[in-house]
Amino acid sequence: MDSFILMLLVPLVSGVLLTVFGERKWAPNLNILASLFSFLASVMLTVEIVASGPRMVFGELFFIDSLNVFLVTLTTFVGLTTSIFSGPYMENEREHGKLSVGRLRLYKSMYQLFMFTMLVALTTNNLGFLWVAMEAATLTTVLLVSLYRTAASLEAAWKYFILCGVGIAQALFGTILLYFAAERVLGETGNALLWTHLVGVKGQLEPTIMALSFIFLLVGYGTKVGLAPLHNWLPDAHAEGPTPVSAVLSGLLLNVALYAVLRCKVLADGALPNGFASALMIGFGLLTVVVAAFFLSRQKDVKRMFAYSSIEHMGIITFAFGMGGPVANFAGLLHMTMHSLTKSAIFFTVGHATQKTGTQLMENIRGLIRINPLIGWGLMLGTLAILGMPPFGVFASEFMILTHAMKHFPWATPILLLALGVAFASIFGKVQPMVFGHTEAKPLPHAPAITPVFIHLGLVLMLGLYIPPFFTRWFHEAARMIG
Amino acid sequence: MTALLPFSTQLINLFASVILLLAFSMLAQRRVLPLINMFALQGATLCLSTLVVAFTTGQAHLYWSAGLTLLLKALLLPWILHRLVRRLNVKWDVESLINIPTTMLVGIVLVMIAFNVALPISQLSETVSRGTLGIALATVMLAFLMMITRTKAIPQVVGFLAMENGLFLAATSATYGMPMVVELGIALDVLVGAIILGVFFFQIREQFDSLDIRHLEKLKEN
Repeated sequence: MDSFILMLLVPLVSGVLLTVFGERKWAPNLNILASLFSFLASVMLTVEIVASGPRMVFGELFFIDSLNVFLVTLTTFVGLTTSIFSGPYMENEREHGKLSVGRLRLYKSMYQLFMFTMLVALTTNNLGFLWVAMEAATLTTVLLVSLYRTAASLEAAWKYFILCGVGIAQALFGTILLYFAAERVLGETGNALLWTHLVGVKGQLEPTIMALSFIFLLVGYGTKVGLAPLHNWLPDAHAEGPTPVSAVLSGLLLNVALYAVLRCKVLADGALPNGFASALMIGFGLLTVVVAAFFLSRQKDVKRMFAYSSIEHMGIITFAFGMGGPVANFAGLLHMTMHSLTKSAIFFTVGHATQKTGTQLMENIRGLIRINPLIGWGLMLGTLAILGMPPFGVFASEFMILTHAMKHFPWATPILLLALGVAFASIFGKVQPMVFGHTEAKPLPHAPAITPVFIHLGLVLMLGLYIPPFFTRWFHEAARMIG
Repeated sequence: MTALLPFSTQLINLFASVILLLAFSMLAQRRVLPLINMFALQGATLCLSTLVVAFTTGQAHLYWSAGLTLLLKALLLPWILHRLVRRLNVKWDVESLINIPTTMLVGIVLVMIAFNVALPISQLSETVSRGTLGIALATVMLAFLMMITRTKAIPQVVGFLAMENGLFLAATSATYGMPMVVELGIALDVLVGAIILGVFFFQIREQFDSLDIRHLEKLKEN
């Protein structure tokens, strides 16, 4: 069967199956198996795309090029490792009496459907469908954020729904304006929302409408990326939801939302050659980095702290894409990959750590290295990686972004460096005692799945030391798509 | 503006004004049941204006989207909301905190901003309904304002859905509607969203014994 159809169909079908049959003995394995199959399918798809160039599926409904196939692989990969991680994690939560069997069923079916909506959002050629899939991605995760049904988690889910709903409504208005601009050029043939058609006529789109449209799209999808000042939902949703959900929200959903912004930026850049879209993204990116660094130092909850770190990194990536050009885009894509892998690995270890100690307050988590050396080292190495220490890959991408900024936007470099410094001081200062303190915590009933953590960190390390030529070609090709 | 607009354009403008008027009255409505009814009325008016646009321009797919609007926004969603209100027993809930005169004044300012933003776009549009784009944007902003000022969960959701009404009006007035598949997808999202919110209300009520979302203000940066 066609690898693309397989990749989309597997999460959809297994999501439905998990809903219908509920929490059986095989449910966790089905969850992992489905994720494995869609990952394998996406690898096959990647090989096809990199070898033979972009292609369309189902007429012009789906469009796959090296840019989105890269995010598709990343999404299915982190989806797979998170499903492996969530097996024992969710079992432990059930043993601790935090989750009922019904909630586990909800979790697994929504997890697969969430994967499905993200894959549709990434591969669709229709910018209207992109919107629909982004909204569907919010809908599938709202009930996951409130899975524990505590007062705080309900509040977080409500905020998530309302804020992202308002944001996505702005994006819909932006899409309507974009359609309006496109219809004047392409006519009422129904092709006016297809990206492949739009990109051909991007120079002819009416600049006034496109400027307004891009503002709405950036603010709208930007809410979901976690760009300041509309980032408020993100720390709450990450801190109150179950940890596997935090891992996929942080590692994947933010990327998908940023991808939506990128696709729109290509069109806006074509219509507005004065760099309007770039300037907006640079501004929002820098503001986000600074705001996140400022809040980072004041966090007490470990998941909240790493959620702010995600906001910070999203700001850096938005800044990189705002600068544009082959080098910055390459660095942005690389940083997206590194951030997804590292941050989800950190959330895996944090999940186990909070399970062992029974709290998310950092001052009560101590001595992880004594409870379980693997978790302790995982968290320590993950933290060093996300803070941009060499030889990890985050260092490579941040270094590229900073040197590029120094060359083309020198005024922005001190701001970035200062924010990175503040982030380093606050995160490292808090993680260090968590890993190396004294503790008396008991072991868990189900042995945690640590392998995904080290697979992720291993990849980040490898990409920091050596990027295979295959990867470089692929990323350059993808960076070229963004212009 | 010249005095002699075609009859259809006048009719569309009339319906759009009714929608804006309803947006204002929703902003000022304290009780939950009349609020839902106004939302249903807004949906019905939206359907009528879409029908007029469809009839004048001969765009067949607009008939479909008018039907979809009637079904979803004038019947199904209000019905779901009514059911929720009955099941949750919040029929007599009165919003006590809103300051109506101030809210109205802010609303008027928002309408002026919306008209100013929409002006350059309206001038580029060649559709019969282009004058209503400002109204559409104003409706979106008023709904947004309603979401900010309300402290009860159901009025907030009505605001959320009313915002979608404004967006739909924008789509028909600027462009004769989005492609049908996209519209269907949006309708599906709205419907699923409303259902999930319904589930959510019960969870909130179970936890806090009320639907007052001031309970949901604990998560703050300290």
